[in-house]
Amino acid sequence: MAEFTLSGTTLRQRTAEAADDERLRRSLAKAVGRFADGRAAVMGVLEDADGLRAAARRIRYDVLADLPTVLERFATNAIAAGVHVHWAVDAADANAYVVGVARRIGARTVVKGKSMATEETGLNHALEDAGCHVVETDLGEWIIQLADQTPSHIIAPAVHLDRFQIRDILQPVAGPDRPLGTEPEELAGFARGDRRAEFLRADLGVSGCNFAVAETGSIVLAENEGNGRLSTTAPRVHVAVMWMESIVATWDQLDLMINLLARSGTGQHLSTYTNILTGPRRADEGDGPDELHVVILDNGRSDVLGSEFHEALDCIRCGACLNVCPVYRQVGGHAYGWVYSGPIGAVLTPLLAADHPEAAELANASTLCGACMDACPVSIPLQDMLLGLRRRKAADAGAAERAGWKAWAAAWSRPLTYRATMKAMAVGRPFTGVAHLAPGLKRWGDGREPLKPAARSFTDRWKAGEV
Amino acid sequence: MRVGLFVTCVADLFAPDVAEATVRVLRAAGHEVVVPPGQTCCGQPAWNSGFAAEAAQVARTTLAALAAADVDVIVAPAGSCTTMVRVFWPELFEVAGDHAAVTQATALAERFYELTELLDRFGLPPLLPVGAGREPVAYHHSCHMLRELRLEHEPERAVDAAGCERVAWSADRRCCGFGGLFSFKLPETSESMADDKLATLTESGCTEVVGADPSCLLHLRARARHEGVALRTRHVAEVLAERLVPGDGHHG
Repeated sequence: MAEFTLSGTTLRQRTAEAADDERLRRSLAKAVGRFADGRAAVMGVLEDADGLRAAARRIRYDVLADLPTVLERFATNAIAAGVHVHWAVDAADANAYVVGVARRIGARTVVKGKSMATEETGLNHALEDAGCHVVETDLGEWIIQLADQTPSHIIAPAVHLDRFQIRDILQPVAGPDRPLGTEPEELAGFARGDRRAEFLRADLGVSGCNFAVAETGSIVLAENEGNGRLSTTAPRVHVAVMWMESIVATWDQLDLMINLLARSGTGQHLSTYTNILTGPRRADEGDGPDELHVVILDNGRSDVLGSEFHEALDCIRCGACLNVCPVYRQVGGHAYGWVYSGPIGAVLTPLLAADHPEAAELANASTLCGACMDACPVSIPLQDMLLGLRRRKAADAGAAERAGWKAWAAAWSRPLTYRATMKAMAVGRPFTGVAHLAPGLKRWGDGREPLKPAARSFTDRWKAGEV
Repeated sequence: MRVGLFVTCVADLFAPDVAEATVRVLRAAGHEVVVPPGQTCCGQPAWNSGFAAEAAQVARTTLAALAAADVDVIVAPAGSCTTMVRVFWPELFEVAGDHAAVTQATALAERFYELTELLDRFGLPPLLPVGAGREPVAYHHSCHMLRELRLEHEPERAVDAAGCERVAWSADRRCCGFGGLFSFKLPETSESMADDKLATLTESGCTEVVGADPSCLLHLRARARHEGVALRTRHVAEVLAERLVPGDGHHG
């Protein structure tokens, strides 16, 4: 599993630290604002955006309802096209397979296209432990690799950094003889030159996979930098790691999904590059790897499939929910503590990292404002799922919290005791039923004008005939 | 019509003026207002915390009180509580396994309105004519009202009719950061969200926020006071009540 910063810290600690970082908040507001505006613009020009979202939701439903069959069909067709398919039960299994390939071919340099699946498995460290030099070729991924950080956004890994911070991270690579400016064009130009040399030395290319297409055994990668295409074609061997849910049955389905992915994620009509790979290089082809491997990653997903939370697997990783989330806007991705952030991260992490007790509290990283559901291209009911996860978490709640809610329910389910607690609160005596909330109430008042109940409630006034 | 008022616990205890203004506005619009006895809270705090059985226990009390009332419709001066009743009660009782309550709640939802929704559908009260100078206000679209009830233009029309000029506010649809117990559990993030609202409000040049949810207004005001930001908040019921034609509608 990737660096699990959830361990040893609480959601409260991580979000408090992030919310206190003004520079971070500035970077976030700018980036998510740009993404969200872009999305609104390119969705807005569609004649029936909501109709397309409904169609996309239907496609995801159909595919997931039949996922084992669709995956089998993909594997059969991919193998027929010359692909090596590996079914990885968990992260360790996936990493071991990729490391095994690297060892067999004697790979020294591994180039990687952006892949959240390999972030999930922590593949870089596994390859490095095996003696490989791992080179991230996506600009954002490279920046965070140099800074020894994890992605803070599903599609924009370095979105938490501003250009000054990025210059400082890249400068040591450039060396003292080449002082870098802070213009994005210059920084990107430097990165392009530096990265290009690595592609030519690489023995192994690793990528993610936005969608697999079952009917032809193809994998599809959407990207904007061209590094993904180089990573998958220049090295002799290419391994793609795909989440097992990232699949469609047919090209017709892909048509809509790839379109909505670009519109919802980056606000583009289509990504700059849409790479479609069907099997390794054929005898009459000039480009492409001699070997193509596809690792289908389960890592807890089979447990989610068919559960009340199965819709979490509908996600196509566009990041639209992050860009509209008012919580993400303030705290960024790292505060979520694992590879997936924002509303979908708050849902996926408790599901996929269920054996980490700290993961469950992520369900609280939301005000349930619902902006995510309106932005989601496949209409995942994120708010309902967060509520479901909170119910699951409440079942494991401590005795004090459970007793508190029981006392609250007993008091507020009877008008007389409800009125009595109201009166007590009005004179500054919170009743014991909410005692477990008392520290929170005190903290509320530290950052706000303290809550002050009215001297006389509306009901008092009404009963006295004053209204 | 005979209108039953669901006061809501927040308005009852923290914003009784809002409930009072609601009564005045409804009467001026020609309705008879009753406050069904026996109501308490909608149960949202427990529901949002994952304690469905406890939420159902409280909600059942209010459901019984509202369902028994001899009224044509029920109204709440809060989008969030209206959402709880209309959208989440059937689900809540389903989760709690109380099928009779599911049926009752589903039927109640049919005649349960958020205040501006009711006024928009059945008519605003007579209001003072709008003069040349409209009052600039920033309208806060509260989350559940906007995204669950899809009530967007209804409150805007009420605010416009009351002589306000709604200024452009880049964060008008963004959550205020309250989120009920969210503000207890992640208070720093909650404050940061409120500050984001207040900072963008300052950019708009407006110092008054109008909304249809007492809890959002309470939160924004409490944060603004703490931070020394000049801010006035008014519930849309109060905005309307101030513009009622004097001497009209006190026949309740």
